[in-house]
Amino acid sequence: MGVPTIRINARSLAHNRHDTMPTRPSDITRYNGAAIALHWLIAALIVCGFYIGWIMTDIPGFTPTKLKYFSWHKWIGVTVFALAVLRVLWRATHRAPALDDATPGWQKAAAHLVHGVLYLLMLAIPLSGYFYTSAAGIPVVYLGIVPLPTFIGPDQALKATLRTVHVLLNYTLLALVAMHVLAALKHQFVDRDGLLARMVPFLKTRA
Amino acid sequence: MNARDSDRMRTTMKTTRYHFHHFARRAALAGLAAFSLFGASLAHADVDLARSSVVATTKQMNVPVDGKFKKFSAQLNFDPAKPTAGNANVSIDTASYDLGADDYNKQAQGKEWFDSAAFPNATFVSSAIAPAGGNQYKVTGKLTIKGKSQTVVVPVVIASQGATQTFDGSLPIKRTQFDVGTGEWKDTSVVADEVVIKFHLVSTKK
Repeated sequence: MGVPTIRINARSLAHNRHDTMPTRPSDITRYNGAAIALHWLIAALIVCGFYIGWIMTDIPGFTPTKLKYFSWHKWIGVTVFALAVLRVLWRATHRAPALDDATPGWQKAAAHLVHGVLYLLMLAIPLSGYFYTSAAGIPVVYLGIVPLPTFIGPDQALKATLRTVHVLLNYTLLALVAMHVLAALKHQFVDRDGLLARMVPFLKTRA
Repeated sequence: MNARDSDRMRTTMKTTRYHFHHFARRAALAGLAAFSLFGASLAHADVDLARSSVVATTKQMNVPVDGKFKKFSAQLNFDPAKPTAGNANVSIDTASYDLGADDYNKQAQGKEWFDSAAFPNATFVSSAIAPAGGNQYKVTGKLTIKGKSQTVVVPVVIASQGATQTFDGSLPIKRTQFDVGTGEWKDTSVVADEVVIKFHLVSTKK
């Protein structure tokens, strides 16, 4: 796309006005190195954490492997939380590359909504797990070295509630990640609009 | 068998019978004495379960996990004026170990851990009490878990308030010495060998 399409309509103007500070949207075509690194690191950790969480709860009874998986799962969760905090801070202090003006409004809205909820879940899921294990009376010792504080004591009723919350949030995450990935693939292989280059290193932007 | 042999045998049997009678009488007397002693200790210093606690803390992947023994009994006889004359007899119901989740509790009662069906109680029987300065004492005794006994020295802080005595202390033990955690659990990199037994016993003289 050599020449940006200029469309004069209210929505486009509103969009541009919103996005003109401090740089014009067209100036940023991709996320910077820190944001890209955080995105992929967190994504990889979420996949590992989710997978371990999935299989560890299927192990019947009580085995050394299960205990190991529980610990690894918690360490991954704590790491995701810490990185997600950094990422939210990055996002709060930086501008995301603007979406193509040709993108339909509902798609922009959907993208922003999904991104927003993903940020929320990156924080909420580790927190729900953390409180769940606290309620179960088992504190977290990060990497088996650093004992982390507990904010709530053992509580059987709360434990059951937090377990449900943790599981439901994870299914929500699974659904949203599926949408996020499918949308990205659609942009890359159906629309062929180079959108993925915003977040994938070494990928060519179309602009 | 010749006549001499059968003669000797009859004599032996008679002697045995005599010995048995003698033993039975002495046993009955000893039993009576033990019963009255037991009764006396019950009346004087039985532990108050509601105000007492026995907690065994394991480390799983370096995470301290507390489990409470909900049922135990103890006879504690201690006179600060004559500390060395005191004694302690503690019996803990291993099936009452509560980790906060039913499936974990069942696991703890299983063969690999406490094997509660075969070894329902873990016991501590004191053999000597030595003052260790102030209200601290070192109580030597035999700790038996899962049929395995070890002589241990337990540091105990004893406080008396009126008719109430409290006994506080903690004892690190090695679970593998008692065969607690067999099979794949022998691997101490997941559940550490060291287990700390922490107790707070309250007894009231009546």
